[in-house]
Amino acid sequence: MAYVPLADRDSEMEMHHPHTWIGRWVFCQDHKVIAIQYGSIAVFTGLVGLILSLLFRMQLGFPETADYIDPSFYYQAVTMHGMIMVVYLLTALFLGGFGNYLIPLMCGARDMVFPFMNMLSVWVFLVSVIILMASFFVSGGPTGGGWTLYPPQTNLAGTPGHDMGIVLMLVSLGVFIVATTMGGLNYVVTVLQYRCRGLTMMRLPLSVWGIFIATILALFAFPALLVAAIMMLFDILLGTSFFMPAIIESGAPLDHNGGSPVLFQHLFWFFGHPEVYIVALPAFGLVSDVLSVHARKNIFGYRMMVWAIIAIGGLSFIVWAHHMYVSGMHPYFGFFFATTTLIIAVPTALKVYNWVLTLWEGDIRLNAPMYFAIGFIFTFIHGGLTGLFLGNVVIDLPLSDTYFVVAHFHMVMGVSPVLVVFAAIYHWYPKMSGRMFHEGMAKLHFWCTFLGTYAIYLPMHYLGFLGVPRRYYALGTTDFLPQSAQDLNTAITIAALFVGASQLLFFINIIWSLRNGPKADPNPWGAASLEWHTPDTPPKHGNWGESLPTVYRWAYDYSVPGAHEDFIPQNTPESEEPTVDEQHFDPDQDESLADV
Amino acid sequence: MALAVVVVLLVVGSIVFHFMQLYGGPWYFTELAADWGAIDFTMNVTFWVTGFVFIVVNLFMAWCVYKFRQKDGHKAVYEPENNKLEVGLTIFTTVGVIAMLAPGLFVWAQFVTVPEEADQYEVLGSQWQWQFRYPGADGQLGAADVGNVTPTNPFGINLEDPSGQDDVVVNEPNMHLPIGRPVQALLRSHDVLHNYTVAQFRVKMDLVPGLVSYLWFDPTVEGTYDILCEELCGIGHFIMRGSVTVESQAEFDAWIAAQPTFAETQALAATAPDVAAGQAAYALCATCHGAQGEGNQALNGPKLAGQEAWYTERQLKYFKEGVRGGEGDTNGAAMVPMAMTLADDAAIRNVSAYIETLPDQPAAATVTGDVDNGRDIYQKNCAACHLDDGSGTWYTDAPGLAGMSDWYFVTQISNFGAGIRGLHPNDHYGEQMVSMATAMADESEIEDVAAYINTLR
Amino acid sequence: MSLFKTITAKPWETKGVIGGLEAEGAIDAPNEKVALSVFLVVASVVFSLFTVGYFLRMELPDWQPLSEPAQLWFNTGLLVISSVLFQWARNIVNTDDHKNVKIAFITGGFFAIFFIAGQLLTWSNLQEAGYFMTSNPANAFYYLMTGLHAVHLLGGLWVWSKSSIRLLSGRDSNDVKLSIELCTLYWHFLLVIWLVLFALLSNT
Repeated sequence: MAYVPLADRDSEMEMHHPHTWIGRWVFCQDHKVIAIQYGSIAVFTGLVGLILSLLFRMQLGFPETADYIDPSFYYQAVTMHGMIMVVYLLTALFLGGFGNYLIPLMCGARDMVFPFMNMLSVWVFLVSVIILMASFFVSGGPTGGGWTLYPPQTNLAGTPGHDMGIVLMLVSLGVFIVATTMGGLNYVVTVLQYRCRGLTMMRLPLSVWGIFIATILALFAFPALLVAAIMMLFDILLGTSFFMPAIIESGAPLDHNGGSPVLFQHLFWFFGHPEVYIVALPAFGLVSDVLSVHARKNIFGYRMMVWAIIAIGGLSFIVWAHHMYVSGMHPYFGFFFATTTLIIAVPTALKVYNWVLTLWEGDIRLNAPMYFAIGFIFTFIHGGLTGLFLGNVVIDLPLSDTYFVVAHFHMVMGVSPVLVVFAAIYHWYPKMSGRMFHEGMAKLHFWCTFLGTYAIYLPMHYLGFLGVPRRYYALGTTDFLPQSAQDLNTAITIAALFVGASQLLFFINIIWSLRNGPKADPNPWGAASLEWHTPDTPPKHGNWGESLPTVYRWAYDYSVPGAHEDFIPQNTPESEEPTVDEQHFDPDQDESLADV
Repeated sequence: MALAVVVVLLVVGSIVFHFMQLYGGPWYFTELAADWGAIDFTMNVTFWVTGFVFIVVNLFMAWCVYKFRQKDGHKAVYEPENNKLEVGLTIFTTVGVIAMLAPGLFVWAQFVTVPEEADQYEVLGSQWQWQFRYPGADGQLGAADVGNVTPTNPFGINLEDPSGQDDVVVNEPNMHLPIGRPVQALLRSHDVLHNYTVAQFRVKMDLVPGLVSYLWFDPTVEGTYDILCEELCGIGHFIMRGSVTVESQAEFDAWIAAQPTFAETQALAATAPDVAAGQAAYALCATCHGAQGEGNQALNGPKLAGQEAWYTERQLKYFKEGVRGGEGDTNGAAMVPMAMTLADDAAIRNVSAYIETLPDQPAAATVTGDVDNGRDIYQKNCAACHLDDGSGTWYTDAPGLAGMSDWYFVTQISNFGAGIRGLHPNDHYGEQMVSMATAMADESEIEDVAAYINTLR
Repeated sequence: MSLFKTITAKPWETKGVIGGLEAEGAIDAPNEKVALSVFLVVASVVFSLFTVGYFLRMELPDWQPLSEPAQLWFNTGLLVISSVLFQWARNIVNTDDHKNVKIAFITGGFFAIFFIAGQLLTWSNLQEAGYFMTSNPANAFYYLMTGLHAVHLLGGLWVWSKSSIRLLSGRDSNDVKLSIELCTLYWHFLLVIWLVLFALLSNT
C-alpha cells in the first residue's frame, strides 16, 4: 500500500480550483493549462529561432542581396537559432508541453503530484526565455560563439556578444535548468506514484514511457550543462582558469593559465548527447501512439519498444565524445566511442522496424496525424542512417564540421521531432480544444513541410560530401568549391523560405479551428488509451469528474479478435468488453457473446 | 495512397540523385590527394549498408501504407509481438553494424598510429591566420610557448632551445609539402579552437590552445589545395584560409631553402633599421604624402604617419611586386613605380621605420556620415581585428585606422568590395577584407564607418 | 515486483485489475520524499561532475594543491552536530516530547548556520593569506565547491526556517513531521557530500 490513500488524494485536488480569470489562465496549477503555457512560450521562442534561420539562410543563399546581414549578425543568428531550437523549443515543448498535458491524463491522475511546483516551473521557464531574449538588446548583442559555446572563443573579443551576450546565455541556461528540474521531478514522481488503479508500468502508453525516460535523462544530463555554465561564468566574471589556457586576445596575453577547453567540451557533450534523446525519446513515444491508433493495431513489440527506450536512454550517456572525434582529445577514445555509438544504432533500428511492422497488416486510416507520423519514419530513417557515417570515427574525419553534419542533425533532430510535434498536436487537438481542425489544410501543411524539408536537407548532405564547411558566412573564393555549390545553397534557401512560410498553414488552422472547427467527438480516432475517456472534452480541472478511472488492460487493445469494436478502452472491465459501444451493440450478431 | 507513391518517389529520387553525384555530378567528394583511400573505402561500405536499409525499409513501409490502407470490411491483424522476427532483425542489424564498424576501427588505428618515418611540421593557428614551421636541418622543432610570443617571434619559439634556431618559419598562410612522403602535422593554437582541414586529404583535427594535437597523411597528388578552418573561431572564421602546395621533392627543397630560418628572422629583428637612409628615401614620398607623412588628398596621397612599420613595409612590397596597384586601381598604379625606386627589402624596411617616427597628428575629417550606424557596424565587425580604438595590431594583421585619412579608407573599402584590391593571389591578407567589406552594404555605410572612425582619434 | 519482472511482463496477456487501490509498483513513501530522493540523485550528479572536472583539471601542469586550513575540521564538527540534532528530532517526532523536537530541530538549523559562518570565515582567512580564486585552479575549485555546498545548505535552511516558524507559532510537531523527516534526509545528504568534498580537497 502506498502512502497516500486514494480518497485523500481526491479531496486534496479539490482545493486548487481557481475562481478568477488570472487564477485560471495565468497563475494556474492545472497541468493542462500549464502545458499550453509551456507549449505556447516554447513555440513563440521557436518562431524567433525559425525567423533567425531564414535570415541567415538569406545570407547563404543570396549573399549579394542580403547585405543587411553582416558577419557579426550571421554568427549571432546561427548561435541563437541552434540554442533556441534544441533547448527552448524542443526540450520545453516535449517535456513541458506534451509531458504536462499527457502524463496525468494517460496515468489516470487528476494532476501532477506537485501542482504548485509545476506552475513555478513554467514561470521560471518564462524568465529564462526573457533573459535569453534580453541578450538581443544588450550592448554587443547575443553571443555568436555557436550553440556549443566553446571557450575560449565565446569569451574573446573576436566573437560577437563576448561581453554581455554570453553571460546572459549562460544565466538563461541556468534558469532553464532550474525550471526543467522542477518540472522533471514532477513528471517522474507523477508517473511513479500517481498512476491510477490497475495501471502498471507496462500498461502505460509509449508516450508516457518516452517522456518518462527522457525526463530522467534531462534530470541527469542538464547538471553537466549547469556545471559547465557555472565554471564558464567563473572564468568570464571572476577570472578563474577552468577552461581558459594561456592565450592571446587581439595581440595581448590574457591573465588565464592552464585551463582546458577540451574539458568544457566533455562536460557540454555529456549533456549534449543525452539532450538529443531528451528530444528524440518523447518523439518516439508520441509517434508510436499515433501510428498505433491510426493503424488500428497495437504497437508492434511493445516490450521491445520499452526496452529500446530504456537501452537508448542508458547508452546515450556513454557516447558523448563522438561529437569530439576531431577535438584534439586523446585519439584512443575514438575506438570506444565509435563502438558505443554504433551499438546504439541497434535498439534505434528496432524501433524503426517495429513502427513499420505496426503498419504491416494494419487497417491504416490516413488521417492528417498519420501522414506526419509516416513522414517521421521516413525522415528518421534518413537521419538515423547518416548518423552511422558520423558515428563511425574515420568517416567523421572528412565529414565533421561540414554541411553533412548540419544536414544529419537537422534530419534526425530537427525535422523528425518537429513532424512528431505536428502529428501529436493534430492527434490530440480534438481532446485539447474540443474542436476538429481542418483536415485538408493539415494535409497541405504536411506536404509542404515534408517535401520542403527534404528538399532542404537531402542536397545539403552533398554539400557536406563536397567539403563545404558549416558556419561560414560566405564561401569566398575556394578552388575546390564550384560555383554550383553556391547555386545549390540558393536552392536550399528557397526551399527553406517555402517551408518557413508554409508553417502559417499550421497556425491558421489551429487558431481558426479553435472557434470555427466542428465540435469534436470525445474520441474521434477511436483510441484506447485513457486520455480519450475523460468525462468531459476538453477535460475539466481534475480530469476525471467524480471518481478516478480504473484500468483493466494495456493501452493497445486494437482489433482484438472477437471484440465488437476495433478498440477496447483501457478502462473497460473484462466483463463489459462486448458492450463498448452500446448504441450499436447487437448480441445476436456477436458470436463471442453466445455464452453470456 | 499518395503518401505511398511519394515515399517510393523520394527513395528513387534520392538514389538517382546520389548516383548522379557519384558519376560526374558537381556535389561529391573532391578527388583524393593523400593516401587515405581507406577512409573512402569505409565510407563506401557504409553507403552500401545504409543504402540497402534505406531502400528496403522505406519501400516496405510504402507498400504497407498502400496494401493495408483502410478498406471496408477489412480489419487489422492482432499481433502483439513476434519474438522470432525481432530476434532476426536484431541479428541482421548487428551484422550490418559490425560490417561498418570493423573497417572503421581498423582504419582509425592507422590514423592514430603515425608512421615512424613521417616528417613533422607545425601548423599554428591564430585569429585568423595560418602560419607554418618546419624543423630545419636538425629535423627537430624547437620548443615553443604562447608566453614567448612577440611581433618578431609570432610562433613563441623558446630562444634558449638550440633546436629552434634552424626552424624554418613561414609567416604567411601558404605552405608546401613534398609528394609521396608521409607527414605529421603538429597543431597548435595561440588563442581559440581552430581546425586544420584540407578537403583533398580527408583528415582534419582541431587546434587547441594549451596542447598539441596532430594528424598525418601521405600526399599523393601534386597540386595546390585550400586549407580551411573548420572549427568556429570567431567572426573571422570564414576568412581564415590558406593553401598547401604538394610538389616534387626538388621543388620543395628549393622552396624551403628560400624561407628564412628562425635564427635569421631574429638576427634581422635585432639589427635596427637605418632610419637616416629611410629619411633620405622618403624625400620622394613627401611630394604626395607630405613632409611629415600627413597626407594630401588633392594628390591622392593618404596619411602615412602613425602607421606601424610592419604594415607600411608589407604594402610597399605589394606595390613593388604588383600585388597592389593592378587593374582598376588608378591611384595604386601610381605607387608601383614609386615602390620600384626602393632597391631591396632593407630599403623598404628603412623607409617604413622612418615613417613610424613621424609625428602622428590626426588627419582632417573630410567624410561625414551617420556616426551611430558607423559605430554599430564597426564595433560588430571591424573591432575584432582593428580593435575598439581603431589602433590595429600586428597579431590580426590589421593596420591602424584611427586618425588616418578617412577619404582613403572609403576608397580602399570600395576597392575591396569591388574586388579591385585583395584578390591578387599573393595578397595573403587582402582577401579577408574582400569578405569583411560586405559588412558595409554600400558607399554610404562605408562613409558612416569612416565618420565613426574619425571620432576615435 | 522486481524491475526485471516488471519490464518483461506481457501486458496484453493479463486483463483486469492488477494490484490494489494504488498503482502497482508505486513507491511506499510520501511523494515529497520520493521527489527529494530523486533530487538528491540529481544534486549528486552535479557534485560528481565537479569532482570529475577537479580530477581532470588537476592533471594539468599549473595545478598547485591548496593546503586546507585546520578550521575546516571545526566546521565539519558543526555540520555533524547539526545532522545529529536533526536525526534526534526525527527519532522523537512520533513521541509526545514536543518540546525536545522543537529544541533539536531549531538548534540543528542554527548549527548549520554556524557551519556556513565558519565556511565564510575560512574564505576570508584564505583571502587574507593571499589564496585568491584566480591565482590557482585548486583555489578556484575550493571556493566553487564549498560555495555550491553552502548554497545547497541555504536552500535547506529556507525549508527549515518555514517549519521552525510553524513550530514556534505553537503548531503541533506532528504538523511538521514530514518536513522534519525531509530536512533530516537532506542534512545527512549534505553532510555526506561535505565529507566527500573535504576528503577530496584535503587529500589532493
